[in-house]
Order: sequence, then C-alpha cells, then structure tokens
Amino acid sequence: MIALLMRDLRLAFRAGGGFGLGLAFFLIVVVLVPFGVGPETELLSRIAPGILWVASLLAALLSLDRIFALDYEDGSLSLLATSPLPLEGVALMKALAHWLTTGLPLTLAAPLMGFLLSLAPEAYVYLFVSLLIGTPALSMIGTFGAALTVGIRRGGLLLSLLVLPLYVPTLIFGAETVRRGAEGLDPTGAGILMAGITAGCFAFLPFATAATLRINLR
Amino acid sequence: MSMWEYANPKKFMGWTRPVLPWTFGLAGVCLVVGLIWGFFFTPDDFRQGSTVKIIYLHVPSALMAINAWIMMLVASLIWVVRRHHVSALAARAAAPVGLVMTLMALFTGGIWGQPMWGTFWAWDPRLTSFLILFLFYLGYIALWEAIEDPDTAADLTAVLCMVGSVFAILSRYAVLFWSQGLHQGASLSLDAEENISDVFWFPLLVCIAGFVLLFVALVLMRTRTEIRIRRMRALEVRANRA
Repeated sequence: MIALLMRDLRLAFRAGGGFGLGLAFFLIVVVLVPFGVGPETELLSRIAPGILWVASLLAALLSLDRIFALDYEDGSLSLLATSPLPLEGVALMKALAHWLTTGLPLTLAAPLMGFLLSLAPEAYVYLFVSLLIGTPALSMIGTFGAALTVGIRRGGLLLSLLVLPLYVPTLIFGAETVRRGAEGLDPTGAGILMAGITAGCFAFLPFATAATLRINLR
Repeated sequence: MSMWEYANPKKFMGWTRPVLPWTFGLAGVCLVVGLIWGFFFTPDDFRQGSTVKIIYLHVPSALMAINAWIMMLVASLIWVVRRHHVSALAARAAAPVGLVMTLMALFTGGIWGQPMWGTFWAWDPRLTSFLILFLFYLGYIALWEAIEDPDTAADLTAVLCMVGSVFAILSRYAVLFWSQGLHQGASLSLDAEENISDVFWFPLLVCIAGFVLLFVALVLMRTRTEIRIRRMRALEVRANRA
C-alpha cells in the first residue's frame, strides 16, 4: 500500500502539470472573483469563506480524472486488481495520494488567499482547520466519481456533473464553519458535522469505489 | 410461483399490455376530475385567494419527485441483488419522469411564491433540496447515456443511485443547517390530526392518485420501450452474425 502511495505521489510530482496546476487554478479563481464583484473590502471579506471553499472544491475537481484514467489505459489498474492488495485499499491509497497532491497544498495555500480576499483575522484558523478536515472528503468522493467514469472516453465533464452534487454537504458545513468563525459565532457544530462526513466517506466510499472498479474492469 | 416471475421480460410484456391502457385511463380520469374539482369547485382561501389552487399540481408533483427517486433506489437494489434486467430498465425509465416531476414542483412553487412570498426563488432549505435533487437526476441520466454496455451501465448507475441517496439525505439536512426556512411545514403528514380543510383535501387526494397512476403508467410504458430496444439490439446482433 505504501509502495502504491509513493508511486502515485512520484507520478504526480514528475509527470508535471497535476501538482502545480491545481494550486495555480485556485489562485486564478481567487484573483478573478474581485474582478467580478468589485474591490470593496467589506464585500470581499463577507464572501471570502464561501469563495475560498468553492475555489478549493473546483481546484480539487480539476485533477480528479487523472486518478484512474492513466492506470486504466496502460493496464496497470488491471494488475492492481489482480494483486494481493484488496481493491478497497487501492481506492483508499488513490484518494490519499490525490489529497496529498491537491488537498494538502490547497489547505496550506488557503490562508494566503484569504489575505487576498481580506478574510476576517479570526477566521484564518477556522479556514485552515476546516480545509484540513474537509478536503480529504472531497478527494474520497472524487475518487468514487473517477471510478464511475473511468471507462468513458472524455468523461471529464460527466465526472464533474456526478461529483459536484455529492460535494454539497461538505461545502455547506465547511463554508459554514469558516463563516461562523469569521462572525465570532461558535463554529464547532458545523466543523464536527463536516468531520463526520469525512469519516463516513472514508468508511464507506472505498467499498463503493472498489465495487465500481470491479464492474468497470469486468 | 413467486412475484419475481413477473420480472421475466416476456411475462412483463405480457401483463403490462392489458394493464397499461387501464392505468393511463384511470390516471386521466383522476387528473381531470381532481383538477376540475380543485380549480372550479373549491372556494378561494381567505388569505391566499385563488393562488391556493396550485396545490393540486405542486404537492402531487413534489411527492412524486421524491417517490420516483425512492422507486429508482428500490429498483437498483433489486437489480444488484437479483439481477433482474427489467428492474434496471425500470429504474432507467423512471429517472426522466422524476426529473420532470422535480421541475414541475419547482416551477409551480415559483409561480405560487411570486404573489405569496414576493419572489420566485429563495434559498430556502426545501427549495434548495429540490434543486439538488434535480442535479442528482441529471447526473444519473447522464451516466446512463454515457455508457455503452447495458450491464455495466445498469451496475454503475445502481451504485450511483445508492451512494447518491445517502448524499441526497445528507444534503437535505445540511441545507436545513445552512439556511432558515421560508417554506411552510409539510402540507400532508400521516400523523397530523387534520392536515388541510376537507374542502381542499378530497380533490387533492384525487389529484395525488392521478399523479401516482400517471407515474406508474409512464414508467411501465417507458420500460416496455426499453425492453423493445433491447430486443431490437439482440436481433441486430444476431442478424449481423448470420
């Protein structure tokens, strides 16, 4: 499992594109928003939690179709399926690798982006923590979506149509955590519910993903 | 003799042929009676005026939008457990019907909301949940369309339907958490003493029965079409091979 994780990480770092692209996309979305809504600081700081969450969600979406597509095309996914490692473990490792290459950098970069959007000072901690807890769920759900569309040529658009509705609960609780933090309310309720969704995703979705992969490899 | 025998495609075609016109006929009668009764022979509400009458379209379509998804979930489960092809096809047949019901509920709600709440749309939990349900229907239908192999498509959509159901319920409660409601409480519930005044209640019941029958009839008809398409493909393959 560790070997698979390291292999995926190496591929993501070396093959170019995937790793830095998500971050660059995140930056561009955040920069575009003030052009769209105007540069007033009060407005920006009010919508900053939502924008940061939506932008990181879109950035995570960007690299989803790479999770299984390349392995599917060159046949290494079939090898993984016949290896002694259970397919559920493969799914879990793929999600983890995706998170380490997109979710984690996004989480680390988000406070900087919050600076650009003049996020309320007391919200930085909540932004960081909520992304740290929430983005793994995005990766896991996305891995499931990627498994669903792996056999479809040009499935990228379909993938986003399938995955985005599944992101709704995470987005709501995540953005709500930051918003409440920014307004000085108690954000723990929303944060705990989001952590629950993340835990639930990691408990059940590897099985759904593995089942989907088996169907697609049949 | 078990109920599963009716899932055999040949038997299914056999028993639906005589049943289908009756279901359509009954649905038509119920809808015509219910809507005419509702629109012309019930008094105006003392606060809402005549806008109350959209309830005869709004409540049944909203009800069926949710029930269609539940039916798809049950059909998907049956397909995964027992591999009855008709069940997978029925789930596929139900999705566009459910999609239209969702749209109808959203539109009639907007038309009612404009004079009553002063807005066509508000980010109210119920309205938002329906919009999310609409997106789920879209994704489900798109996945069916995208995959060529019918068995793979049936399997994958069944998995999507099951996972999607969990997330739809999660979204429902997440949305409750996120915004305060504008929509009134449930118009109908089984445990309430009296839901709405009898004057509105009976025509509404007739309309609901009409919508249920219409849904059943449409799903049966679409499933028959799907079976015929399947048969045609099989004949084509056989002809090509010969």
